[in-house]
Amino acid sequence: MSEIRDVVIIGSGPAGLTAAIYAARASLSPLVIEGEPSSTSDQPGGQLMLTTDVENFPGFPEGIMGPELMSNFRSQAQRFGAKFITEKVTAVNFENRPFEISVGNDKYLTRSVIISTGAQSLMLNIPNESRLIGHGLSTCATCDGFFFRDQEIAVVGGGDSAIEEAIFLTRFASKVYLIHRRDELRASKIMQERAFQNPKLEFLWNNEVAQINGDQKLDGITLNNTITSEKLDLKIQGLFIAIGHRPNTDLFKGHLELKDNGYLVTLPDSSRTAIDGVFACGDVQDDYYRQAITAAGSGCMAAIDAERWLEEHGH
Amino acid sequence: MAADIKNLDESTFDETIGSSETPVLVDFWAEWCGPCKMIAPILEEIATEEQGLSIAKVNVDESPDLARRYGIMSIPALILFQNGEPAKTMVGAKPKSALLEELGEFL
Repeated sequence: MSEIRDVVIIGSGPAGLTAAIYAARASLSPLVIEGEPSSTSDQPGGQLMLTTDVENFPGFPEGIMGPELMSNFRSQAQRFGAKFITEKVTAVNFENRPFEISVGNDKYLTRSVIISTGAQSLMLNIPNESRLIGHGLSTCATCDGFFFRDQEIAVVGGGDSAIEEAIFLTRFASKVYLIHRRDELRASKIMQERAFQNPKLEFLWNNEVAQINGDQKLDGITLNNTITSEKLDLKIQGLFIAIGHRPNTDLFKGHLELKDNGYLVTLPDSSRTAIDGVFACGDVQDDYYRQAITAAGSGCMAAIDAERWLEEHGH
Repeated sequence: MAADIKNLDESTFDETIGSSETPVLVDFWAEWCGPCKMIAPILEEIATEEQGLSIAKVNVDESPDLARRYGIMSIPALILFQNGEPAKTMVGAKPKSALLEELGEFL
């Protein structure tokens, strides 16, 4: 309790772990409060823990598995002395100095804080959704695709992660419907091309999921056409949700400035927030690029910003 | 690994589960499942700390019939067997405290 740390890092995706590597190498003995296991993307290692091949992270010409990449990040931070707590921060107090970070009843005192809590998957928020998670409804194609061999399933969403999941799922399923509420995809060109060439993928444009059906397990969904309002019942055994993300900023409401969409505000060209000594990096403050490599880059910025700030303040 | 966590497959599952005097928590997992890897160390801790509970693992890649038999559609899936019968199912990775809370009545 009484020990005052130089820096506490909240979150452990590419941003937080890069910050940890740099801070550890700068002899700041960072403490990383990495989050706790879950099957959503809000977990230690972040969103990449739910992916398979990462093909666009430089340095891996053949690609690398998401969980393996994150485990490498973590080992690298550990090698330079970063310490980890596998729990979730429950409260922050930035009003007094040193800052106070609470994990349940435990409190950690620190001169500076790096926030890298990332973002988590959005859910549809319609009836039956939470009840059928794990029973045909999934937020993790890599975890659950295997169980839908030779079955018909659907993915809802239109961004890169939706397309990636849909393509991945065609390895198992006999047919994958891609449900998107518009008539064009947000996904990158290369992903779109791959999707359009895949014979097992069928696009259902201008449709949204109106209803999830099933008692013990999911057995279908009802779609609503966003233009004609026509309803369509689709018999499927699995539904994978990939409709985007929201930043994990609930913890910071009332403490730090948030944009209208919930992302943390950082000062231009830096990782600084409005509170001196509190820095933010990665997807929690990035509603535009949202890549592992940009998150890692901004994690590096945050560690350097924190190091210089501590130096200026005589630590 | 301090605790004894058995790897079960289709040839050993029924015998082991059926003859166990203590409840057995079976972890259905696979190499490609990130959340499964995340809870593995937690299960090792629980195996060491909770003497009244055995823990076993089933690799769903190697034993797809077992996964099918128990209707598994998502992993990690933890099924607690008591007297050879499934008594409780938990789907998805969870922190240790939440797992222990759910297992409370069997410990």
